[in-house]
Amino acid sequence: MNNISDDINKDLKDQPKFTEDIGSKNQEHHTFEQGEQSILKKIQHFLHGNPTIVPVIILILSVIAFGFIAGGRFFSAFNLSLIVQQVTIVGILAAAQTLIILTAGIDLSVAAMMVLASVFMGKLSVEMGMPTLPAIAIGFISGIATGAFNGLLVTRLRLPPFIVTLGTWNIFFALVIFFTGSQSIRSSDIEVNAPLLHFWGERINLGGFVFTYGAFLMIAIFIFLWFLLNKTAWGRHVYAIGDDKEAAELSGIRTDRMLVSIYAVAGLVVAIGAWVSIGRVGSVSPTSFYEGNLDSITAVVIGGTSLFGGRGTIIGSLFGALIVGVFSSGLSIAGLDVLWQRFALGCLIIIAVGIDQWIRKVSN
Amino acid sequence: MEPVLVAKSLSKKYGTVVALESADLELYPGEVLGVIGDNGAGKSTLIKVLCGAVIPDSGDILLDGKKVSFTSPIEARTLGIETVYQNLALSPALSITDNMFLGREIRQKGFLGKFMRFLDQKAMAEEARKRLSDLGLLTIQNINQLVETLSGGQRQGVAVARATSFGTKVVIMDEPTAALGVKESRRVLELIGEVRARGIPIILISHNMPHVFEVADRIHIHRLGTRLCVIDPKKYEMSDAVAFMTGAKAAPLSN
Repeated sequence: MNNISDDINKDLKDQPKFTEDIGSKNQEHHTFEQGEQSILKKIQHFLHGNPTIVPVIILILSVIAFGFIAGGRFFSAFNLSLIVQQVTIVGILAAAQTLIILTAGIDLSVAAMMVLASVFMGKLSVEMGMPTLPAIAIGFISGIATGAFNGLLVTRLRLPPFIVTLGTWNIFFALVIFFTGSQSIRSSDIEVNAPLLHFWGERINLGGFVFTYGAFLMIAIFIFLWFLLNKTAWGRHVYAIGDDKEAAELSGIRTDRMLVSIYAVAGLVVAIGAWVSIGRVGSVSPTSFYEGNLDSITAVVIGGTSLFGGRGTIIGSLFGALIVGVFSSGLSIAGLDVLWQRFALGCLIIIAVGIDQWIRKVSN
Repeated sequence: MEPVLVAKSLSKKYGTVVALESADLELYPGEVLGVIGDNGAGKSTLIKVLCGAVIPDSGDILLDGKKVSFTSPIEARTLGIETVYQNLALSPALSITDNMFLGREIRQKGFLGKFMRFLDQKAMAEEARKRLSDLGLLTIQNINQLVETLSGGQRQGVAVARATSFGTKVVIMDEPTAALGVKESRRVLELIGEVRARGIPIILISHNMPHVFEVADRIHIHRLGTRLCVIDPKKYEMSDAVAFMTGAKAAPLSN
């Protein structure tokens, strides 16, 4: 017995002792080890701290490039404002999508949710004689409910958001067909019975630039969400959950409740988009915006938000949507086939995710 | 002197495996209590029970002499038992300030705070700066720096600053030096001294015998699911502690 403990004793005595000068080192400050850094590393760090810079640069470069390629027609006030009009709906969907992607989720059902909400608004006010405002309110409730439904499935059943929303995308789409019987609600009927539904499609001319009210609403939504994400605890918690859900939980955030609320807020934003979409398209068509789900994800990803959650900015998604708009407009004015627009968009997505991965390496 | 935190005959079984068998623990005001034990001795179950992550089958926990029970780390935290986890539970993509106040944010006064629920970012940054400099950590130049840009020791500092900031009665630190180099470990040991100097008692779980012997006032030795003995590090050698821990030597009678 004694021999064993003597041996251990000897071993431990050889270890360095750490008992000296606890107090005296307190004054010595930890210096921040930066050292020599290559220019590339500096760029990487800078982009890491300012994730919105990438989409801004791409936007500016693509505007300049298309100015050269497509000439003056691209820069005309009419065309530039048309781009903004065209990205309004995808922009609003992208705003909602950003909230979900920041939590490391993904929502494949946003466009179906939007069409469902617009069907409620149109059906109730145009065909069932309900006053327009209550009909719009029910559309909003539909958006919140469908969003919260996604959130409940994600948190209660612990299913991946991808699977949940792949399912609900089909469910919502089926509901749309069920409620409409595949019939569109015509623009002329809306104009007669519920002109308020067309409100956001009204245009205003500012020195040659023609904007719809909807475009302003889109900007307002982005600003509002920016404040929400950056100035409120709710917003900080969105990032915390996407960054590290367990750490967020241990910090006292009720992550499940938060997630449901995030999906519900996204649903409300989508429902506002539904109202705007009626103004933009004119009619309510059950089969419209079929590609809106993926387009919104494209805008968010190009806007510099990481699909792995916790990183990105809401304003980046606005730039992402504008970049997509600039590309399609520029390429079509330059006379290129639609297939090349898709081709360019595809390259853009891969480049954007590649840049994101590269920037994320900073933390390792 | 009355102990701040008392655990009385805690038991916990996982199926047929006994992790804790009527284990006791006392933590006195202003002390650092080292908890050591061989692998599988049940010390991590003991700590998980104290921080709320595991619910014991039987036994009591008393905080300031009053019986308490909690079913989650959050509930334990609201009662004043803060835990610095081995993985620190920080959000790397958020700033130091955001992390320190995560889940306990300060809102602005008046309309902006009450109805718009705006955060008082200035007040939080100031408070965070104060906490860090109280602990001698204010070398981090920018309080709004992201946590992922900090070194391992600095992150530990942020986690400790957070754990000691909100009316804390007890801090539990789980293997705080396990992932750190020599220099950073030094800093964390100093940090433990700083926290003790501010009157907050600490339970320190560590495998690193020299570290425990350096900072602990008393050392709780856990063996076979229960407390074997509590020793004074000034009266015993590390080798004795290891011998008690492994059963190579009979434990001294507890006083």
